[in-house]
Amino acid sequence: MRYLPKSPADREAMLKAIGLRSVDELFAPIPAEYRLTRDLNIPRQMAESEIVDFFRQRSRENGEGYTSFLGAGAYAHYRPVIIDSLISRGEFLTAYTPYQAEISQGTLQSIFEFQTMICELTGMEVANASMYDGSTAAAEGVMMAVRLTGRRSVVVARSLHPEYREVLATYATHQGMPLSVAGFNDDGRVDLKELEKSITPETACILIQSPNFFGTIEDVGAIAEIAHRHGAMLVVSIAEAVSLGIVEPPREADVIAMEAQSFGVPLGFGGPYCGVIATREKYVRQMPGRLVGQTVDKQGRRGFVLTLATREQHIRREKATSNICTNQALVALMVNIFMTVYGKVGLKELAKQNLAKTAHAAAQFAKHGKVLFGGAPRFNEFVVQTSEDPHAINGRLLGHKMVGGLPLKKFYPELGNAALWCCTELTTRSAIDTAVGLVAESEQSVRASSSSKEEDVEEVAR
Amino acid sequence: MKHATPKASLQVNQNEGLIFEKSSAGKAAWKLPPLDVPEVDTAKLLGSSERKDLGNMPEVSEIEIIRHFTRMSTWNYAIDLGMYPLGSCTMKYNPRVNEAVARVEGIANGHPYQPEKISQGALHIIKTLSEQLIEITGMDAITLQPAAGAHGEMTGLLMVRAYHQSRGNARKKILIPDSAHGTNPATAAMVNYAVENLKSDSRGMVDIAALAAQMNQDVAALMLTNPNTLGVFEQDIHKIADILHAKGGLLYMDGANMNALVGKVRPGDFGVDVMHLNLHKTFSTPHGGGGPGSGPVAIKKSLEPFLPSPVVTTKSDGTLAFDYNRPQSVGRVRAFYGNFGMFVRALAYIQANGPDGLRQTTEDAVLNANYIRKGLEGTYDLPYSTPTMHEIVFSDKVQLKKGVRTMDIAKRLIDYGFHPYTTAFPLIVPGALMIEPTESESVEEMDLFIEAMKSIAEEVEEDPQTVLDAPHSTRVSRLDETAAARKPVLRWKP
Repeated sequence: MRYLPKSPADREAMLKAIGLRSVDELFAPIPAEYRLTRDLNIPRQMAESEIVDFFRQRSRENGEGYTSFLGAGAYAHYRPVIIDSLISRGEFLTAYTPYQAEISQGTLQSIFEFQTMICELTGMEVANASMYDGSTAAAEGVMMAVRLTGRRSVVVARSLHPEYREVLATYATHQGMPLSVAGFNDDGRVDLKELEKSITPETACILIQSPNFFGTIEDVGAIAEIAHRHGAMLVVSIAEAVSLGIVEPPREADVIAMEAQSFGVPLGFGGPYCGVIATREKYVRQMPGRLVGQTVDKQGRRGFVLTLATREQHIRREKATSNICTNQALVALMVNIFMTVYGKVGLKELAKQNLAKTAHAAAQFAKHGKVLFGGAPRFNEFVVQTSEDPHAINGRLLGHKMVGGLPLKKFYPELGNAALWCCTELTTRSAIDTAVGLVAESEQSVRASSSSKEEDVEEVAR
Repeated sequence: MKHATPKASLQVNQNEGLIFEKSSAGKAAWKLPPLDVPEVDTAKLLGSSERKDLGNMPEVSEIEIIRHFTRMSTWNYAIDLGMYPLGSCTMKYNPRVNEAVARVEGIANGHPYQPEKISQGALHIIKTLSEQLIEITGMDAITLQPAAGAHGEMTGLLMVRAYHQSRGNARKKILIPDSAHGTNPATAAMVNYAVENLKSDSRGMVDIAALAAQMNQDVAALMLTNPNTLGVFEQDIHKIADILHAKGGLLYMDGANMNALVGKVRPGDFGVDVMHLNLHKTFSTPHGGGGPGSGPVAIKKSLEPFLPSPVVTTKSDGTLAFDYNRPQSVGRVRAFYGNFGMFVRALAYIQANGPDGLRQTTEDAVLNANYIRKGLEGTYDLPYSTPTMHEIVFSDKVQLKKGVRTMDIAKRLIDYGFHPYTTAFPLIVPGALMIEPTESESVEEMDLFIEAMKSIAEEVEEDPQTVLDAPHSTRVSRLDETAAARKPVLRWKP
C-alpha cells in the first residue's frame, strides 16, 4: 500500500521487538467471534490514475460547463488562484487544532486576522474562529440568545433561508425552544406588525436574514428597535457575505451568524463552507466555538493562543456553550485570504459589480415576467414570477447549458410560479440575455395559447 | 541506536507582522474585469442601506499576501513535517490525490441546488461512499449530513431519541464512561438528555457490574468509544450490548477510534446500534488547522426512518435522486447535504487502499502503537497494562517526583522536532501522555521519537529546569494563557 512507510522486513522486526509472533496477536483483545475473517466487500486498490479518471467522469456528470443563476445560500464568485496555492501548503493543510501554541503560530495569527476582519465587516466587537456553516451558526446564535436572556422562545422570519429554518427547528426541538414565524410584506421585508404581535415576554430573540432569502435588504434598525423594546435580542443571519462590501452591516444586531462561503470558498455541492458568529464583547463568554486571543511569551514577545476555553466541551463537558470541537479552520483560511486580496477597496468594487449585474438583470426580466419585491432595496438576488412553471423554463435553459433560478414552490407555495435568480460578478450580460429571452418566449407562448397542454414539468427539470 | 540524521536542527525563520500593519492606501491585490452592464447609482439603489466605509480592512499587494501567509505557515508544525502523535486526533498522512480530485471542475463547482439531472456525479459519489462506509462498519444505513464528529453525535442522539419516542417513551438519560471525549456529555445536553457517569474498572474498561446496576428503563443509550480513549478494546462488548438491549437501551459508538478496527472487526457485528465516523481521522481528510471535518452517522435498520432529510435514492429509471419525503425524520442538521468535499476525499482514500490496504493500515496503526509502548515502558509510568490497540496512554507519575508534568514533557518534545502527544486526557489518568503514532510513521521516525522521549526522561532526572522552561527553540516561548483569558484581546485595533 503506497501510503504505508514499511517493508515486510520492518514489520517482522517490529513484531520481534515487541515479542510477538504474528500481527494477529495484536488483535487478540477482540473476541474471536466478531473478528472479520474475510476481505471487506469494496473494490480493489486503485492506481492514482484510475482514481483521477473516476472523479473526472463524475465531474462530467455534475454540471461541468454549465452557467448558473443559482444562489440561495451558495454563491458563485471568482476565487483568486493564490487561495489554493496558499492553503495547499502542508503546514496549513496538515496541522491540527492549534493546541500547542508555540508551534502553531501560523494558524493562530491567521485566525486572529480572520476574527479582526469579520469584526470590521460586520461592525461587531468579537468574532469566533468559525462554525460549521451559516445554518448551524444561526442555530447556535439563537441558543446564545436563549442563554443570555434566560428566555426560551424564538421568532423567526419566514424570509430566512428555508433550510436554515429547518436546521433551527431540529436544534430547538429538544431544548424546549418554541419557534414562531413572522411573514413578509409585498416588498419582501419582514412584516413588522406580525413580528410585533409574535413577540411575548418569553421571546429570547428574533432571527432574521439580511439580505434575506429573496435578496431583499431588511430594515434592521426597525426590527432591532422592536426586539430591544421587548427585552429580546436580535440575531441576524448573513448568507451572502459579499453584500457586506456595499450594504450597511446590521450593526444594531446583538449576534450576527454568518455564512462566509462567498469569500473564496468553492460551491462544492454544498460544503464544506464557513460559518462564523460575531457579537458584542460583553457576550463573549456565551459564544460557542474556538477563539484566538493575543498575549505575550516569557520574553514579552507578541503571540497568539486559543483562549476562553472554559466555555468549551473539553473543559465544561455537559455544561459547555456548545458541543462543537472540529470547526472549519482551513475554509476560514480561504475566507481570510479572499478578504485580504480584495480588502477595503476591492470588496466594495466587487459588491458594486454584483449590484449592477443584478439591477440590470432584474430590469430585463421585469420587461417580460413579474419581478417581485421591488419596493425595498436588494443585493444580488431577485424573485421572478412567470405564467409558466419555472421548472419548465429551466428545462429549456438546460439545453443552452444554463441553470435558471431556483423554483420556489417547494419552499414558498404562496408565491406561485416563482423562482429565485442570482447574479454575481461572474454573470455575463449575454447569459442574462439568453435567460431573459427564454422567459420572454415562455410568456409569449402562454399568452398565445392560454389553453396550452399540461406538461409534466417535474420530469423535465427535476 | 543513534541515527545518521538527527530529527531536527534550528533554522532562521522569517518574522511577519499582522496584515493590517502592512496595509497602506492605494495598494491592491485584485482587478475586476470591465462591467458589461450599465453602472448603477448605489446611493439611489440602496438608500440608507448603502455602506460607505469598510473600516480597517487591509490594502496590500499580491506578493505581500503570498509572503505573509507563507511566512506564517513556516511557524506551524504539520504531519508533512513529521510525526504528530496527538492521541485521539489520528494525525495520519493526507494523500494529495484527494486534494486533486476534490478540485476537478464539476466536483468543486457544483451548486447544491442544480437540477438532479445534472447532479448525477455528486449523487453517485454520495451513494458509493455511503455503501462503502456501511460495509466497513457493518451497519445498515447512513447519513453523511453531519459536519463533524460532535455534529454526528448530536445527529445520532437525535435518532436515538426519535426511536425511543416512537415507542412511546423518549427516556431520560445517557450513560457516558468517565474516559469519554468531552463532546459526548456536551452533545447529550444539547439533545436534552441527562448525563450519568459510568466508571471504568481497573483494566480501564467499562465496569460491567456498574453498568448492570445503572442500566434501567430511563437510560436511552450508552455512548461508548471503542477502542476507548486509553486505546483499549472493550473486551466485554457483547455483555455491554446485551445489558443495554435487555432493557431496551441502545448502544452508541463514538467512532473516533475506528482506525483501530477497519477491516478487522465491524461495530455492526458486535451490537452497536448507532455510530459516527470522523472522515478527518480514519479516512484521511485533512485537519487543516482545526477543520473541516465530516461526521457520518451509521445506524441499524430500526433507526432508518429517523435519518436526517434528505436521503439519496435510486429512481425506477436508474438515476439517483434526493428523497425529502421522510415523515419520521429527525429533520435537517445542516443546510444542503453535508461537507461534500470531504466525501470526495474519503472515497478517494478508500479507493487507493482497497480491502487489503485498509486492513494493512489498521494493522500498522496498532503495530506502531505497540512498538512505542514497548519502547517507552519502564521509562514512563503505564497506568493500565491492558493490551493496546491504536494509541497508548502513559502518565507523568515518575517525572512528577521532580516537579515535571505532562505538559512540560510535551513542550520539551517540541525542541526535539516533534509535535507533542495529547496532554492531560483521558481524565481518568492524572497527568496523561496520550500517544497515537498512526500507520503513517516509519520505524526510523518512531525510533527517533522513542529516543527523544527517553532523552527527556533523563533530562528530568539530571536537569529538570531545562524541561520546565521548554520549548527553547521556537520563535515564541511559552505564552501567557492566563493573561489571554483574563483580559481577552480577540482582534487587532489600530
